[in-house]
Amino acid sequence: MTAPALEVTGLHRFFGGLPAVRDVSMRVPVGERRLLLGPNGAGKTTLFNLIAGDFPASRGEIRIFGENVTGKTADQRTHLGMARTYQIITLFPKNTLVHNVVISLLGLLKLRFNPLSDIRKHTALWDEARSILALVGLEHLAERTVADTSYGEKRRLEIAMALAQKPKLLLLDEPLAGLSADERRDVERLLQTIPRDVTIIMIEHDMDVALAFADVITVMQHGQIVVEGNRAEVVADPKTREVYLGH
Amino acid sequence: MNFWVIQGLNGLAFGSLLFILASGFSLIFGLMRIVNLSHGAYFMLGAYVGISAMAAGASFWTAILIGGVAIAVLGAVIERLILRRLTGQPLAQVLVTLGIAFIIADACVWIWTGDPRPVPMPRELAGAFRIHQLAFPIYRLFVIGVAFTLAAALWFLLERTRLGAMIRAGVDDLNMARAMGIRTSVLFPVVFCLGSALAGAGGVLAGPILSVYPGLDTDMLPLALVVVILGGVGSLLGAFIGSLIIGFIYSYGQALFPDLAYMILFLPMVLVLTLRPTGLFGRQAI
Repeated sequence: MTAPALEVTGLHRFFGGLPAVRDVSMRVPVGERRLLLGPNGAGKTTLFNLIAGDFPASRGEIRIFGENVTGKTADQRTHLGMARTYQIITLFPKNTLVHNVVISLLGLLKLRFNPLSDIRKHTALWDEARSILALVGLEHLAERTVADTSYGEKRRLEIAMALAQKPKLLLLDEPLAGLSADERRDVERLLQTIPRDVTIIMIEHDMDVALAFADVITVMQHGQIVVEGNRAEVVADPKTREVYLGH
Repeated sequence: MNFWVIQGLNGLAFGSLLFILASGFSLIFGLMRIVNLSHGAYFMLGAYVGISAMAAGASFWTAILIGGVAIAVLGAVIERLILRRLTGQPLAQVLVTLGIAFIIADACVWIWTGDPRPVPMPRELAGAFRIHQLAFPIYRLFVIGVAFTLAAALWFLLERTRLGAMIRAGVDDLNMARAMGIRTSVLFPVVFCLGSALAGAGGVLAGPILSVYPGLDTDMLPLALVVVILGGVGSLLGAFIGSLIIGFIYSYGQALFPDLAYMILFLPMVLVLTLRPTGLFGRQAI
């Protein structure tokens, strides 16, 4: 049996005495599109940060493709095939778009060539970065600095940087937040082009897009999972109504 | 007129020494978020090691190399065995580096006694450079040349190389760099050793100008701190410009207002922290 892309068991995270994630267990098989839903403060982004290794779990276990990564650092997890985007756009703003993608390619390169060699001379790396930018429709802005691009372009660049790592498990934290209708369509189209063997876990508040996208939905509240199932099951479950409408 | 030129050159020479010390301090601070309070002690220990190397027959140039390598090794051991265990605990890291600074200072008194030690100048750089009625020590001009060459080499390392691109990414946003798969666990010791080596070698290089004495560490550390605050954390350009500014202020301040030298030196730091917490060229607030 193939190991699931992600398996979380009994995960807890406390900030001081405050539990942000409480006893979360979930299993995401390879290739699944999983949607994380829940009101603000439900613990979704904290769960993402725990999975990505941005901070350690207080208790519990995380496995990526069968490997226990609970004690591993974020970069070690990335090397296992995981990539992520952030809720608040996090890029290297003084650099050009193409330089940002080059940085995301650098992280996964083996030290096959001299780390002290001139980075501009690795033309293959820059060509690959440009082709990744083309994939998200940003090739024409390759030489522009990130600070000079629109919000939607930054979102697409962020996804490009995650895709540059050829992830097998992709965590997307509100990829559509703050986008105009046109930009939203662009990103939706982009998400649809991601190969089906890539497992995607997404936090998103745009219900129409999110529900159309997801195979399985996990609803969180107060740091816990309250409902899990396919679209019909989750929509029909009275607990979902309770989480969103308070009754 | 001569006074202004000579003090200007003195300021440039002192600023150059500060840059050698502060560039490593700033990189470590910027990438690892560690305020390494033992950095001044590394500078002093490097100078003492250099003196011992010269006493054992090494040339001045070999002594610089030995001082740099010895402190790089010490830095590697401290990073691996102590600082790495304290990842994510900045207060503990700062206190540990302060403790290490005291330990090194005591060890230096124990090994090299409390007497100031002059460091002989290399014979080929003795003497003065003369233009008209101006005479300026050749050694100081050499130190200025070393600092400018080092600045160019570090600029190339950070701006042009693959390693530099990864270090800059880490300085800009550590979490993001990790999410990109950049192995910060490899970058940290590299940067810590580089910064330590610069401090150690810089100590030997400073010897003929400052000599070596107990307290050299605590004299230099606050200046490096002011440079980093003024220039901006993790910024090479900031460390360079900040060092030169502090070098000039130190030199003219000591000569013109000796009673207010420290006030003149630390006032810019207070103003920058209040008005522009990111420093002149930095991105993160202190």
